[in-house]
Amino acid sequence: MPKTMLIVATRKGTFLLESDDRRDWTLRGPFCEGWPVYHAIHDPVSGSIYAAAASEWHGSAVWRSRDLGETWELSSEGLTYGDEDGRKVSKVSTLAVAGDRVLVGAEAPGIFASSDGGENWSLLSTLSGQPGSEAWDDPANQPPGHLGISGFVTEPGDSERFFTIVQGVGAFETEDGGSTWTPRNRGLRRDWPSDHEEVGFCVHKLVRSAEPERLYQQNHVGMHRSDDSGRSWNEITEGLPGDFGFAAAAHPHDRETFYVIPVDGGHGRTMHDGKAAVWRTRDGGSSWAALRTGLPQENAHLGVLRQGMAIDREDVPGVYFGTSTGQVFASPDEGETWSEIASYLPSISSVNVAVVD
Amino acid sequence: MPQVRLPGTLTPLFAGLPRRLEVEAATVLEAIDRLEAQWPGLRDRIVEEGPALRRHLHVYVNGERADLGTPVAAGSRLDVIAAISGG
Repeated sequence: MPKTMLIVATRKGTFLLESDDRRDWTLRGPFCEGWPVYHAIHDPVSGSIYAAAASEWHGSAVWRSRDLGETWELSSEGLTYGDEDGRKVSKVSTLAVAGDRVLVGAEAPGIFASSDGGENWSLLSTLSGQPGSEAWDDPANQPPGHLGISGFVTEPGDSERFFTIVQGVGAFETEDGGSTWTPRNRGLRRDWPSDHEEVGFCVHKLVRSAEPERLYQQNHVGMHRSDDSGRSWNEITEGLPGDFGFAAAAHPHDRETFYVIPVDGGHGRTMHDGKAAVWRTRDGGSSWAALRTGLPQENAHLGVLRQGMAIDREDVPGVYFGTSTGQVFASPDEGETWSEIASYLPSISSVNVAVVD
Repeated sequence: MPQVRLPGTLTPLFAGLPRRLEVEAATVLEAIDRLEAQWPGLRDRIVEEGPALRRHLHVYVNGERADLGTPVAAGSRLDVIAAISGG
Protein backbone atom coordinates (compact mmCIF):
# COMPACT_ATOMS: atom_id res chain seq x y z
CA MET A 1 0.00 0.00 0.00
CA PRO A 2 1.47 3.37 -0.95
CA LYS A 3 2.65 5.56 1.88
CA THR A 4 3.21 9.27 2.09
CA MET A 5 6.77 10.03 3.08
CA LEU A 6 8.13 13.35 4.25
CA ILE A 7 11.87 13.76 3.84
CA VAL A 8 12.92 16.27 6.48
CA ALA A 9 16.37 17.82 6.34
CA THR A 10 17.65 19.31 9.58
CA ARG A 11 20.76 20.85 11.04
CA LYS A 12 21.42 17.46 12.64
CA GLY A 13 20.69 14.95 9.91
CA THR A 14 17.80 13.75 7.80
CA PHE A 15 14.56 12.34 9.22
CA LEU A 16 11.72 10.47 7.54
CA LEU A 17 8.05 10.71 8.49
CA GLU A 18 5.70 8.10 7.03
CA SER A 19 1.95 7.70 7.01
CA ASP A 20 -0.67 5.48 5.40
CA ASP A 21 -3.44 8.03 5.80
CA ARG A 22 -1.65 11.40 6.16
CA ARG A 23 -2.97 11.64 9.73
CA ASP A 24 -0.93 9.18 11.81
CA TRP A 25 2.80 9.45 11.25
CA THR A 26 5.87 7.50 12.30
CA LEU A 27 9.33 8.98 12.48
CA ARG A 28 12.68 7.45 11.53
CA GLY A 29 16.14 8.96 11.86
CA PRO A 30 18.41 10.75 12.25
CA PHE A 31 20.28 9.72 9.14
CA CYS A 32 23.38 11.12 7.45
CA GLU A 33 25.40 10.82 10.67
CA GLY A 34 23.87 14.01 12.03
CA TRP A 35 25.50 16.19 9.39
CA PRO A 36 23.88 19.58 8.75
CA VAL A 37 21.58 18.88 5.81
CA TYR A 38 20.40 21.83 3.75
CA HIS A 39 18.00 20.10 1.38
CA ALA A 40 16.79 16.53 0.92
CA ILE A 41 14.57 15.20 -1.86
CA HIS A 42 13.05 12.00 -3.15
CA ASP A 43 13.49 11.13 -6.82
CA PRO A 44 10.25 9.42 -7.92
CA VAL A 45 11.90 7.84 -10.97
CA SER A 46 14.83 6.09 -9.31
CA GLY A 47 13.25 5.90 -5.86
CA SER A 48 16.39 7.32 -4.30
CA ILE A 49 16.57 9.92 -1.58
CA TYR A 50 19.29 12.55 -1.88
CA ALA A 51 20.47 14.87 0.88
CA ALA A 52 22.78 17.84 0.33
CA ALA A 53 24.91 18.23 3.43
CA ALA A 54 27.95 20.12 4.65
CA SER A 55 29.86 19.05 7.73
CA GLU A 56 31.92 21.74 9.41
CA TRP A 57 34.62 19.14 9.91
CA HIS A 58 34.40 17.02 6.79
CA GLY A 59 33.13 19.28 4.03
CA SER A 60 30.30 18.96 1.55
CA ALA A 61 28.78 15.79 0.15
CA VAL A 62 25.54 14.42 -1.18
CA TRP A 63 24.14 11.53 0.78
CA ARG A 64 21.95 9.02 -0.98
CA SER A 65 19.69 6.16 0.03
CA ARG A 66 18.39 3.75 -2.57
CA ASP A 67 16.19 1.86 -0.10
CA LEU A 68 14.06 4.61 1.43
CA GLY A 69 16.38 5.33 4.28
CA GLU A 70 17.45 1.84 5.32
CA THR A 71 21.05 2.40 4.21
CA TRP A 72 22.91 5.56 3.27
CA GLU A 73 26.12 6.39 1.42
CA LEU A 74 27.77 9.70 0.68
CA SER A 75 29.88 10.99 -2.15
CA SER A 76 31.68 14.17 -3.04
CA GLU A 77 33.60 12.62 -5.94
CA GLY A 78 33.97 15.46 -8.44
CA LEU A 79 32.21 17.92 -6.19
CA THR A 80 35.06 20.40 -6.34
CA TYR A 81 36.34 23.39 -8.26
CA GLY A 82 39.80 21.84 -8.26
CA ASP A 83 43.02 22.91 -6.65
CA GLU A 84 43.88 25.59 -9.22
CA ASP A 85 40.59 27.46 -9.49
CA GLY A 86 40.70 29.37 -6.21
CA ARG A 87 37.04 28.76 -5.46
CA LYS A 88 36.00 26.27 -2.81
CA VAL A 89 32.84 24.27 -2.36
CA SER A 90 31.93 25.39 1.13
CA LYS A 91 28.41 24.01 1.01
CA VAL A 92 25.92 22.12 -1.13
CA SER A 93 22.61 23.87 -0.67
CA THR A 94 19.90 22.59 -2.96
CA LEU A 95 18.97 19.57 -5.08
CA ALA A 96 16.77 18.72 -8.04
CA VAL A 97 16.30 15.90 -10.51
CA ALA A 98 16.21 16.90 -14.18
CA GLY A 99 15.64 13.89 -16.39
CA ASP A 100 18.35 11.34 -15.66
CA ARG A 101 20.59 13.88 -13.94
CA VAL A 102 20.70 14.89 -10.32
CA LEU A 103 21.61 18.54 -9.84
CA VAL A 104 23.13 20.04 -6.74
CA GLY A 105 23.74 23.73 -6.16
CA ALA A 106 26.84 24.80 -4.29
CA GLU A 107 28.54 27.75 -2.69
CA ALA A 108 30.75 29.29 -4.15
CA PRO A 109 27.91 29.52 -6.68
CA GLY A 110 27.99 26.59 -9.05
CA ILE A 111 25.88 23.68 -10.23
CA PHE A 112 27.17 20.13 -10.25
CA ALA A 113 25.44 17.22 -11.96
CA SER A 114 25.48 13.47 -11.51
CA SER A 115 24.38 11.01 -14.17
CA ASP A 116 24.97 7.90 -12.07
CA GLY A 117 22.63 8.49 -9.18
CA GLY A 118 24.92 10.58 -7.03
CA GLU A 119 28.09 8.47 -7.07
CA ASN A 120 30.09 10.86 -9.24
CA TRP A 121 29.64 14.56 -9.84
CA SER A 122 30.95 17.01 -12.41
CA LEU A 123 30.73 20.76 -12.69
CA LEU A 124 27.85 21.73 -14.95
CA SER A 125 27.94 25.51 -14.74
CA THR A 126 29.03 28.45 -12.65
CA LEU A 127 26.82 30.78 -14.72
CA SER A 128 30.05 32.53 -15.63
CA GLY A 129 29.54 35.72 -17.58
CA GLN A 130 26.05 36.37 -16.29
CA PRO A 131 25.51 39.88 -14.92
CA GLY A 132 26.54 39.91 -11.29
CA SER A 133 28.83 36.91 -11.64
CA GLU A 134 31.90 39.14 -11.55
CA ALA A 135 31.29 39.69 -7.83
CA TRP A 136 29.33 36.75 -6.47
CA ASP A 137 32.27 34.45 -5.80
CA ASP A 138 33.54 36.85 -3.15
CA PRO A 139 32.16 35.69 0.21
CA ALA A 140 32.07 39.33 1.30
CA ASN A 141 29.40 39.99 -1.32
CA GLN A 142 27.14 37.12 -0.34
CA PRO A 143 24.04 37.27 1.82
CA PRO A 144 23.96 35.56 5.23
CA GLY A 145 23.52 31.85 4.88
CA HIS A 146 26.04 31.67 2.04
CA LEU A 147 23.90 29.30 0.03
CA GLY A 148 25.32 30.21 -3.37
CA ILE A 149 22.92 28.37 -5.65
CA SER A 150 19.79 28.33 -3.52
CA GLY A 151 17.13 26.69 -5.67
CA PHE A 152 16.05 24.94 -8.85
CA VAL A 153 12.77 24.67 -10.69
CA THR A 154 12.65 21.98 -13.33
CA GLU A 155 10.40 21.81 -16.38
CA PRO A 156 8.05 18.85 -16.70
CA GLY A 157 8.95 16.88 -19.82
CA ASP A 158 12.03 18.92 -20.72
CA SER A 159 15.08 18.05 -18.69
CA GLU A 160 17.23 20.56 -20.57
CA ARG A 161 15.20 23.48 -19.34
CA PHE A 162 15.26 24.62 -15.74
CA PHE A 163 15.59 27.64 -13.52
CA THR A 164 18.18 28.21 -10.86
CA ILE A 165 18.50 30.89 -8.22
CA VAL A 166 21.71 32.59 -7.22
CA GLN A 167 21.12 33.76 -3.67
CA GLY A 168 20.84 37.54 -3.49
CA VAL A 169 21.28 37.91 -7.26
CA GLY A 170 18.20 36.50 -8.97
CA ALA A 171 16.72 33.74 -11.07
CA PHE A 172 18.24 32.43 -14.28
CA GLU A 173 16.87 30.00 -16.84
CA THR A 174 18.64 27.57 -19.12
CA GLU A 175 17.04 25.94 -22.13
CA ASP A 176 20.05 23.83 -23.09
CA GLY A 177 20.82 21.84 -19.96
CA GLY A 178 22.99 24.46 -18.30
CA SER A 179 25.24 25.63 -21.14
CA THR A 180 23.68 29.07 -21.49
CA TRP A 181 21.53 31.15 -19.17
CA THR A 182 19.14 34.06 -19.24
CA PRO A 183 18.21 36.23 -16.25
CA ARG A 184 14.48 35.99 -15.52
CA ASN A 185 13.84 38.84 -13.11
CA ARG A 186 11.99 41.44 -15.17
CA GLY A 187 9.28 43.21 -13.20
CA LEU A 188 10.43 42.07 -9.76
CA ARG A 189 10.50 44.65 -7.00
CA ARG A 190 13.85 45.66 -5.60
CA ASP A 191 14.17 48.15 -2.75
CA TRP A 192 17.89 48.69 -3.19
CA PRO A 193 20.25 49.77 -5.97
CA SER A 194 22.00 47.30 -8.24
CA ASP A 195 24.90 47.56 -10.64
CA HIS A 196 22.86 45.61 -13.18
CA GLU A 197 19.32 46.11 -14.38
CA GLU A 198 18.69 42.40 -14.88
CA VAL A 199 19.96 41.10 -11.53
CA GLY A 200 20.29 42.21 -7.91
CA PHE A 201 17.01 40.61 -6.82
CA CYS A 202 16.65 38.48 -3.76
CA VAL A 203 14.59 35.52 -4.95
CA HIS A 204 13.85 33.27 -2.00
CA LYS A 205 11.65 30.64 -3.55
CA LEU A 206 10.44 29.90 -7.06
CA VAL A 207 7.68 27.37 -7.77
CA ARG A 208 5.81 26.27 -10.83
CA SER A 209 2.02 26.11 -10.72
CA ALA A 210 -0.21 23.40 -12.15
CA GLU A 211 0.12 25.18 -15.48
CA PRO A 212 3.78 25.30 -16.56
CA GLU A 213 3.70 28.87 -17.87
CA ARG A 214 2.62 30.20 -14.51
CA LEU A 215 5.24 30.58 -11.81
CA TYR A 216 5.09 32.08 -8.36
CA GLN A 217 7.90 33.40 -6.26
CA GLN A 218 8.43 34.57 -2.72
CA ASN A 219 10.90 37.37 -2.89
CA HIS A 220 12.73 39.32 -0.19
CA VAL A 221 10.31 42.13 -0.96
CA GLY A 222 7.05 40.63 -2.04
CA MET A 223 5.12 37.84 -3.64
CA HIS A 224 5.23 37.77 -7.40
CA ARG A 225 3.53 35.90 -10.23
CA SER A 226 4.56 35.21 -13.80
CA ASP A 227 2.17 34.06 -16.51
CA ASP A 228 4.81 33.77 -19.23
CA SER A 229 7.28 31.23 -17.86
CA GLY A 230 9.25 33.77 -15.87
CA ARG A 231 9.84 36.27 -18.63
CA SER A 232 8.01 38.95 -16.67
CA TRP A 233 6.72 39.25 -13.13
CA ASN A 234 3.96 41.11 -11.33
CA GLU A 235 3.71 41.67 -7.62
CA ILE A 236 0.79 40.06 -5.76
CA THR A 237 1.69 40.92 -2.17
CA GLU A 238 -1.45 42.95 -1.33
CA GLY A 239 -3.55 41.16 1.25
CA LEU A 240 -0.64 39.42 2.96
CA PRO A 241 0.53 40.55 6.42
CA GLY A 242 3.98 41.43 5.06
CA ASP A 243 6.10 41.18 1.97
CA PHE A 244 8.81 38.91 3.39
CA GLY A 245 8.92 35.14 3.58
CA PHE A 246 10.84 32.15 2.42
CA ALA A 247 8.64 29.10 1.92
CA ALA A 248 6.08 28.70 -0.84
CA ALA A 249 4.16 25.90 -2.53
CA ALA A 250 1.83 25.69 -5.50
CA HIS A 251 -1.30 23.55 -5.70
CA PRO A 252 -0.63 20.60 -8.05
CA HIS A 253 -3.99 20.75 -9.82
CA ASP A 254 -5.16 24.36 -9.67
CA ARG A 255 -2.98 27.08 -11.15
CA GLU A 256 -4.76 29.76 -9.13
CA THR A 257 -3.98 28.24 -5.74
CA PHE A 258 -0.72 28.93 -4.04
CA TYR A 259 0.57 28.87 -0.45
CA VAL A 260 3.06 31.06 1.36
CA ILE A 261 4.24 31.57 4.92
CA PRO A 262 4.89 35.26 5.60
CA VAL A 263 7.42 35.97 8.32
CA ASP A 264 8.73 39.15 9.88
CA GLY A 265 11.33 40.61 7.55
CA GLY A 266 13.51 41.98 10.36
CA HIS A 267 15.96 40.01 12.39
CA GLY A 268 13.31 37.74 13.87
CA ARG A 269 12.01 36.18 10.69
CA THR A 270 9.24 34.37 12.51
CA MET A 271 5.51 34.28 11.84
CA HIS A 272 3.68 37.56 12.43
CA ASP A 273 2.38 38.33 15.94
CA GLY A 274 3.44 34.93 17.27
CA LYS A 275 0.46 33.33 15.53
CA ALA A 276 1.18 30.51 13.12
CA ALA A 277 -0.47 30.75 9.73
CA VAL A 278 -0.11 29.54 6.19
CA TRP A 279 -1.62 31.97 3.71
CA ARG A 280 -3.41 30.77 0.61
CA THR A 281 -4.68 32.41 -2.52
CA ARG A 282 -7.38 30.77 -4.64
CA ASP A 283 -7.34 33.41 -7.33
CA GLY A 284 -3.75 33.72 -8.42
CA GLY A 285 -2.85 36.26 -5.77
CA SER A 286 -5.75 38.71 -6.08
CA SER A 287 -6.78 37.84 -2.53
CA TRP A 288 -5.29 35.91 0.36
CA ALA A 289 -6.69 34.07 3.38
CA ALA A 290 -4.92 32.85 6.51
CA LEU A 291 -5.18 29.14 7.32
CA ARG A 292 -4.84 28.73 11.07
CA THR A 293 -7.04 25.86 12.22
CA GLY A 294 -4.90 23.56 14.32
CA LEU A 295 -1.86 25.82 14.24
CA PRO A 296 -0.68 27.49 17.48
CA GLN A 297 -2.07 31.00 17.87
CA GLU A 298 -0.22 32.14 20.96
CA ASN A 299 3.51 32.61 21.53
CA ALA A 300 4.29 30.71 18.34
CA HIS A 301 7.41 32.42 17.05
CA LEU A 302 8.04 29.97 14.24
CA GLY A 303 10.38 30.39 11.31
CA VAL A 304 10.19 28.41 8.09
CA LEU A 305 13.04 28.42 5.59
CA ARG A 306 12.85 28.48 1.79
CA GLN A 307 12.70 24.72 1.30
CA GLY A 308 10.56 24.23 4.38
CA MET A 309 7.12 23.73 2.81
CA ALA A 310 5.86 20.96 0.52
CA ILE A 311 2.61 19.87 -1.06
CA ASP A 312 1.71 16.41 -2.30
CA ARG A 313 -0.14 15.48 -5.49
CA GLU A 314 -3.21 13.74 -4.10
CA ASP A 315 -6.64 14.77 -5.42
CA VAL A 316 -7.04 16.71 -2.19
CA PRO A 317 -3.42 17.69 -1.64
CA GLY A 318 -1.69 17.54 1.70
CA VAL A 319 0.41 20.52 2.74
CA TYR A 320 3.39 20.25 5.08
CA PHE A 321 5.88 22.60 6.66
CA GLY A 322 8.82 22.31 9.04
CA THR A 323 10.08 25.03 11.35
CA SER A 324 13.44 26.30 12.44
CA THR A 325 12.49 25.12 15.94
CA GLY A 326 11.91 21.52 14.89
CA GLN A 327 8.16 21.12 14.51
CA VAL A 328 6.52 19.57 11.46
CA PHE A 329 2.90 20.51 10.74
CA ALA A 330 0.70 18.64 8.27
CA SER A 331 -2.63 19.32 6.67
CA PRO A 332 -4.40 16.47 4.82
CA ASP A 333 -7.00 18.82 3.35
CA GLU A 334 -5.27 21.57 1.37
CA GLY A 335 -4.47 23.60 4.46
CA GLU A 336 -7.94 23.75 6.00
CA THR A 337 -6.87 21.90 9.17
CA TRP A 338 -3.45 21.23 10.62
CA SER A 339 -1.82 18.99 13.17
CA GLU A 340 1.69 18.87 14.62
CA ILE A 341 3.23 15.56 13.52
CA ALA A 342 6.75 16.03 14.92
CA SER A 343 7.69 18.29 17.77
CA TYR A 344 11.31 17.98 18.79
CA LEU A 345 13.43 17.70 15.68
CA PRO A 346 16.54 19.81 15.14
CA SER A 347 16.15 23.02 13.19
CA ILE A 348 14.52 22.12 9.88
CA SER A 349 16.02 23.18 6.56
CA SER A 350 13.67 21.45 4.16
CA VAL A 351 10.56 19.31 3.82
CA ASN A 352 9.95 17.23 0.72
CA VAL A 353 7.02 14.90 0.12
CA ALA A 354 6.80 11.65 -1.83
CA VAL A 355 4.47 8.74 -2.32
CA VAL A 356 6.35 5.47 -1.90
CA ASP A 357 5.47 1.78 -1.90
CA MET B 1 55.36 2.73 9.48
CA PRO B 2 53.70 5.89 10.80
CA GLN B 3 50.64 5.28 12.93
CA VAL B 4 47.56 7.30 11.99
CA ARG B 5 44.80 8.12 14.46
CA LEU B 6 41.53 9.34 13.00
CA PRO B 7 38.63 11.22 14.58
CA GLY B 8 35.50 9.33 15.52
CA THR B 9 33.46 11.50 13.15
CA LEU B 10 35.26 9.93 10.19
CA THR B 11 35.09 6.21 10.76
CA PRO B 12 31.27 5.79 10.40
CA LEU B 13 31.53 7.15 6.86
CA PHE B 14 33.72 4.35 5.50
CA ALA B 15 33.09 0.64 5.96
CA GLY B 16 35.89 -1.04 7.84
CA LEU B 17 37.88 2.13 8.53
CA PRO B 18 39.52 1.79 11.97
CA ARG B 19 40.36 4.68 14.29
CA ARG B 20 44.02 3.62 14.38
CA LEU B 21 46.06 2.16 11.55
CA GLU B 22 49.52 2.16 10.03
CA VAL B 23 50.37 3.37 6.54
CA GLU B 24 53.59 3.65 4.56
CA ALA B 25 54.08 7.36 3.85
CA ALA B 26 56.70 10.11 3.87
CA THR B 27 54.38 13.09 4.46
CA VAL B 28 51.00 13.78 6.02
CA LEU B 29 49.39 14.20 2.59
CA GLU B 30 50.92 10.98 1.37
CA ALA B 31 49.50 9.17 4.35
CA ILE B 32 46.06 10.58 3.59
CA ASP B 33 46.41 9.57 -0.06
CA ARG B 34 47.28 6.02 1.00
CA LEU B 35 44.08 5.91 3.01
CA GLU B 36 42.20 7.32 0.03
CA ALA B 37 43.38 4.40 -2.09
CA GLN B 38 41.77 1.98 0.31
CA TRP B 39 38.72 4.07 1.29
CA PRO B 40 37.79 6.22 -1.73
CA GLY B 41 36.42 9.59 -0.71
CA LEU B 42 38.34 9.74 2.55
CA ARG B 43 40.81 12.38 1.33
CA ASP B 44 37.96 14.78 0.60
CA ARG B 45 36.74 14.50 4.17
CA ILE B 46 40.10 15.79 5.43
CA VAL B 47 41.51 17.88 2.58
CA GLU B 48 39.80 20.71 0.69
CA GLU B 49 40.71 22.53 -2.50
CA GLY B 50 44.25 23.88 -2.51
CA PRO B 51 45.06 21.27 -1.31
CA ALA B 52 44.67 22.37 2.29
CA LEU B 53 43.52 20.82 5.51
CA ARG B 54 39.86 21.46 6.18
CA ARG B 55 39.45 24.46 8.44
CA HIS B 56 38.09 22.62 11.46
CA LEU B 57 40.58 19.79 11.39
CA HIS B 58 44.07 19.86 12.81
CA VAL B 59 46.89 17.41 12.28
CA TYR B 60 49.69 16.70 14.73
CA VAL B 61 52.82 14.69 14.10
CA ASN B 62 54.36 13.39 17.31
CA GLY B 63 52.35 15.99 19.21
CA GLU B 64 53.47 18.94 17.11
CA ARG B 65 51.04 20.92 14.96
CA ALA B 66 51.57 19.85 11.35
CA ASP B 67 50.31 20.52 7.84
CA LEU B 68 49.92 18.45 4.74
CA GLY B 69 53.61 18.70 3.84
CA THR B 70 54.99 17.73 7.22
CA PRO B 71 57.28 14.68 6.99
CA VAL B 72 56.40 11.49 8.80
CA ALA B 73 58.69 8.55 9.44
CA ALA B 74 58.61 5.03 10.75
CA GLY B 75 57.28 5.21 14.27
CA SER B 76 55.69 8.64 13.82
CA ARG B 77 52.29 9.21 15.35
CA LEU B 78 49.96 11.21 13.15
CA ASP B 79 46.78 12.49 14.86
CA VAL B 80 43.90 13.94 12.86
CA ILE B 81 41.83 15.96 15.31
CA ALA B 82 38.37 17.38 14.75
CA ALA B 83 38.00 20.83 16.31
CA ILE B 84 35.98 21.20 19.46
CA SER B 85 33.11 23.07 17.88
CA GLY B 86 29.44 22.87 17.14
CA GLY B 87 26.41 22.96 19.37
